[in-house]
Amino acid sequence: MNRKSLGLIALTLSLVLTGAGCKKKIGAVAPPAPPPKVEMAPKVEAPKLSRPTISSFTAEPSAIEKGNSSTLKWSVKDATKVTITPGVGEVTAMDGSRAVFPGSTTTYRLVAEGAGGTAESSATVTVSDPPPPPVVAPAKVKEDFTTLVSRELADVTFDYDKSDINENGRSVLTRNSDKLKAILADYPSNMLTIEGHCDERGSAEYNLGLGDRRALAAKDFLQQLGLGADRLRTVSYGKERPQCTDATEDCYQKNRRAHFSGN
Amino acid sequence: MKKKLLIALGVCALVGWAQESDFVGKLTGGVRPVIAVPDLRGSGGAQALMSVFNSTLYADLETSGSFKMAPKSNYPIQVPQRPQDFQKPAENIQPTGLWLTGWANPPVSANYLTFGYAAESNGQFVLYGWLYNVKQPDLTNAQMIGKTYLGSLNDVGARKVAHEFAADILKLFGVEGLYGSKIFFVSTRSGTKEIWSMDYDGQNEKQVTVYKTITTMPSISPDGSRLAFTSYLSGLPQIVVHSAETNRRLPFFNQQASMNSNLSFAPDGKRVIYSSSVGGYPNLYGADLNGGNIKRLTSGRFIDVEAKINPKTGSDVMFISGRGGPQQLYRMSIEGTDVERMSTGEGQVSNPSWHPNGGYVAFSWTMGFQPGNFNVFIMDVADRKFVQLTHGAGRNENPSWAPDGRHIAFASNRSGRMQIYSMLADGTQVRQLTSAGRNEMPVWSK
Repeated sequence: MNRKSLGLIALTLSLVLTGAGCKKKIGAVAPPAPPPKVEMAPKVEAPKLSRPTISSFTAEPSAIEKGNSSTLKWSVKDATKVTITPGVGEVTAMDGSRAVFPGSTTTYRLVAEGAGGTAESSATVTVSDPPPPPVVAPAKVKEDFTTLVSRELADVTFDYDKSDINENGRSVLTRNSDKLKAILADYPSNMLTIEGHCDERGSAEYNLGLGDRRALAAKDFLQQLGLGADRLRTVSYGKERPQCTDATEDCYQKNRRAHFSGN
Repeated sequence: MKKKLLIALGVCALVGWAQESDFVGKLTGGVRPVIAVPDLRGSGGAQALMSVFNSTLYADLETSGSFKMAPKSNYPIQVPQRPQDFQKPAENIQPTGLWLTGWANPPVSANYLTFGYAAESNGQFVLYGWLYNVKQPDLTNAQMIGKTYLGSLNDVGARKVAHEFAADILKLFGVEGLYGSKIFFVSTRSGTKEIWSMDYDGQNEKQVTVYKTITTMPSISPDGSRLAFTSYLSGLPQIVVHSAETNRRLPFFNQQASMNSNLSFAPDGKRVIYSSSVGGYPNLYGADLNGGNIKRLTSGRFIDVEAKINPKTGSDVMFISGRGGPQQLYRMSIEGTDVERMSTGEGQVSNPSWHPNGGYVAFSWTMGFQPGNFNVFIMDVADRKFVQLTHGAGRNENPSWAPDGRHIAFASNRSGRMQIYSMLADGTQVRQLTSAGRNEMPVWSK
């Protein structure tokens, strides 16, 4: 509060004093004489003062993606002051370059001033937005092992009351082993479970043994194809977990199988 | 009496196939006396329980196979309730139900009569029960049982009293009653296969295991103290042993194998045999009760399961093997030697169960039917003659002898889902014992 009033007083005082001073001067000085007429007729050779020249002013590259840089390059002669706007300001070098990071399309102006006048040039940097990132959204999330196994590995089917790998079983297991090698390499800490199943016709007790044999036969075959036993385990479900329960050969065949599980 | 039965069995073993019905007839009691079992009445609080009492008594006597039940429609109108109700009629007067001949003569033609009544006394169900031999000339000679039975005043008490009365009657005929015996079995009713138990007549069902995973293939030690089964509680089918009394888990060493299953006990209660795939193929191994002291009994690139040790001798073993093709019944010594096929090689054979006397084996067999359509058979071990007890009504599996050697529990899907049934060893008196969920693999215990 005090400060404000003090300032106001000071301003008032200075205005009063200035005004008094001016009035006093004007009153005291005589009007000036009219200027002498200048003869333009004979062309008087002006002193040889060359204007600045801009031999080049470029932006390289002239089109960038947002966030990248462009380099302004210039070459100027006979200038005493070189200014680039916006953003750069006065530069000292007559031949120089400067990296700029325009956030949007920008026209840079170079003004060269010299004794003989000024010269101007401009260069435009076109800024575009970068393309969106690829849609492969979660960059490298691994698929669930269990899902992968159940999708990629086909069941091996068996003949009635048999645990030998038949011809069809050999081709299924061979295909499975190629996929398995890749899968197990990708998932080094997972174990593959081979389940042995039977159709419902034998006794539950015998089928538990038969399922055990089927799972083991499939495992042995995979081992012969080079898969490590330490990554394979077997379990028999006998006829405890059938896929279907119809009393048809079709259903029986579906249930006589070795099934691959990632659980 | 037991001795008599054994001798009879020995005799019929000699006569062989031609007289197969005799061999089963001897097993189930041969010629059966006729018994009349009129409904008893009750007074006071006992009145409402009489229907449970009467049906239990009747079923016990009927399913025992020891009697021929006199048809109820032939019973006289008047039925004695106590001995003093009997009045000897004058000569030439048609006897009523209030005299012995009223039951002994046609149309009833009974040998025996049960009568009595029940009352409520001091808040209890009291039965005054009598058994008379109505072929006798007078009441003094006629009375065989006159006894008072006590039970709680509810269905359980009425059932207990009826079982006790029936057991006393059966005892007089040399029949070890089944009252008190239990059947262990597998049921899905809780959502997963678990071991359950029930009384021999299907009453009093109780869940035994709560492992919430496939738990199956029960067996019981001969003294009834240990219950073994195969369970996936470790993820693999392995053997688990429980104390049957406390239901606590007992230690059992499973071999490092993807499968250890269907254990059975030796009659001395000291050794067990089970099937293990430790050698790559499911073969048979003997071991101590805790799984130690293992001895390999069979060896080969085939499947051996369901070893059952002779309960009488402890020296020979029936088992199921795929060594010759489809699963068949084999026998070997307890040492694993002298292996011989017992079945004909036809069809598939499974589920051997020794008769308590060690002379007969019940089993299931598909003979004459499509694979999977099992029926229950009995084989006389001495001469390998066999008798078929069920006849193609669905699957009929897992026969298990009752301690009385006269009854067999089995599982059948004859009425749709698998259920437990009991029958007399001649295939008659078939009785459905379970109905909730799917039920299988009965094991009859003492």
